[in-house]
Amino acid sequence: MAEAVVTEPHPVLAPAQLAARHGLRAAGARPGLVEYARSLWAYRHFIVAFANARNVATLTTARLGQLWHVLTPLTNAAVYYLIFGVILGTGGRIENFIAYLCCGIFIFGYTSAVAAAGTVSISGNLNMIRALQFPRASLPLSVTITQLQQLLVSMCVLIGIVLVTGEPPRLIWLTLIPLLLLQTIFSGGLAMLLARVGSKIVDLKQVMPFVLRTWLYGSGVFYSLTTATNDLPTWASTLLHLNPMLVFIELAREALITTNPASQFSVASMWAVAVGWAIVMGVGGFLYFWRGEKEYGRG
Amino acid sequence: MADTRIPTVVVDDVHVVYRVHGAAKDSSPLGAMRRMASRKPSTAVREVHAVKGVSFTAHEGEAVGLIGTNGSGKSTLLRAIAGLLPATRGAVYTKGQPSLLGVNAAMMADISGERNVVLGCLAMGMPKAEARAKTPEIIDFSGINERGDFSSLPMRTYSSGMSARLRFSIAAAKKHEVLLIDEALATGDAKFRKRSEDRVRELREGAGTVFLVSHSLSSVRDTCERTIWLESGLIRMDGPTDEVLAAYEEFSTAK
Repeated sequence: MAEAVVTEPHPVLAPAQLAARHGLRAAGARPGLVEYARSLWAYRHFIVAFANARNVATLTTARLGQLWHVLTPLTNAAVYYLIFGVILGTGGRIENFIAYLCCGIFIFGYTSAVAAAGTVSISGNLNMIRALQFPRASLPLSVTITQLQQLLVSMCVLIGIVLVTGEPPRLIWLTLIPLLLLQTIFSGGLAMLLARVGSKIVDLKQVMPFVLRTWLYGSGVFYSLTTATNDLPTWASTLLHLNPMLVFIELAREALITTNPASQFSVASMWAVAVGWAIVMGVGGFLYFWRGEKEYGRG
Repeated sequence: MADTRIPTVVVDDVHVVYRVHGAAKDSSPLGAMRRMASRKPSTAVREVHAVKGVSFTAHEGEAVGLIGTNGSGKSTLLRAIAGLLPATRGAVYTKGQPSLLGVNAAMMADISGERNVVLGCLAMGMPKAEARAKTPEIIDFSGINERGDFSSLPMRTYSSGMSARLRFSIAAAKKHEVLLIDEALATGDAKFRKRSEDRVRELREGAGTVFLVSHSLSSVRDTCERTIWLESGLIRMDGPTDEVLAAYEEFSTAK
């Protein structure tokens, strides 16, 4: 067998020195934090285009097509109303239970869908990751945008429901805008966090539905958590009320429903919790995801 | 004697190991339980040691062919150079960001070819306006509209040849400093192959260094002056194309 034919004089320098002398950079090295944030910003059009494409793609084979974006949240609300409002009668003590319920379902559904899709946003796109070089955070973020677009449709449905059930239009509705912004930052951070964990621990995908359902029942979507936790010691109910989803849902109800049962915590303190969660999860998720940037192609 | 050529890609003792999920031999729940109880590592995740210590230096203006039998680690090595599959050990140094020109770039089957083109361009880092402007040109080049308006139909309705042509056309729309080509020339009919070979030659002139992975020895002979022969993740031979191809042909016929 022929030995390796060396056609060039063996480089006198070690490879790393040679590379350094000619200004070559290590392939696949993790970029600096600022550089990473900047390249992510440069990819914003890709993030939005990918989110749009996925949104369109989910419904191309359905006969009613994009109409399902409106029908799905409506059907969802109808099912929960049937079970919790009519059959179980949980809504007895809550005026305007339909609006109360829809607020909870749509706001919770947003983050829950982001969490589920975020978990597989790396592991489900390995082909793309192994073919193209782009900031990987684009994937969990575009998942967030996809769900945000669906939430905006749901919110229009919700406003309709709220108006039909006799709530007057009020200026306080505008607080939904900063609220959804905070929730989006929170959800984006959560998506990045779960994307990295899900890329390492593939079984997370199987566990997520159970985690999300537990979270759903603990977030006061179908009932008022304040009434349900009356018998608990103060520290326990305070802990329950730090649940970010509960806070986002309560603030949305506070904005839309005049007769929303008062929580034992002030609206101002809930806003503080919402801002806190958005910052912690948004920044934390981004940093955690960035630290793994180099490894996502490995599977 | 000092080497005056300017290196563009330095590969230093690179090992690539990647994980494959879902490769369990005993896939029953009982088997999984038994493995957990006996604390054996799960066979559902297997590691593939695809590249086992490869070193070489490529220079400006060089076109390097990569040959070897199926599964010898050629494509994996290209991905390591592109920084897509990080090296487990060793390091790859490159000038600028190398681009991998493959036929398997991700596409979304449920959206139209035209939207896939825009998406693909954006994913390669093109600005939005440029992506929009280049779309008609890319569709023309791919020739998918030769038999009616296919570009507005979802990708899942395309024949495999059509989608491969579209993928190649998207990838070839950008200029690259270090260009990595993975079997991209073997797609489409004879007419398209001729057109894509011309395109690769054009790209080569603009690029500093080109790597070409191919099973078609004639296209390696036509485009590359240097060839690296990989076998089971190791360099078997590295030298002028004629010598390496001769040895490789002897090796393949001897088997």
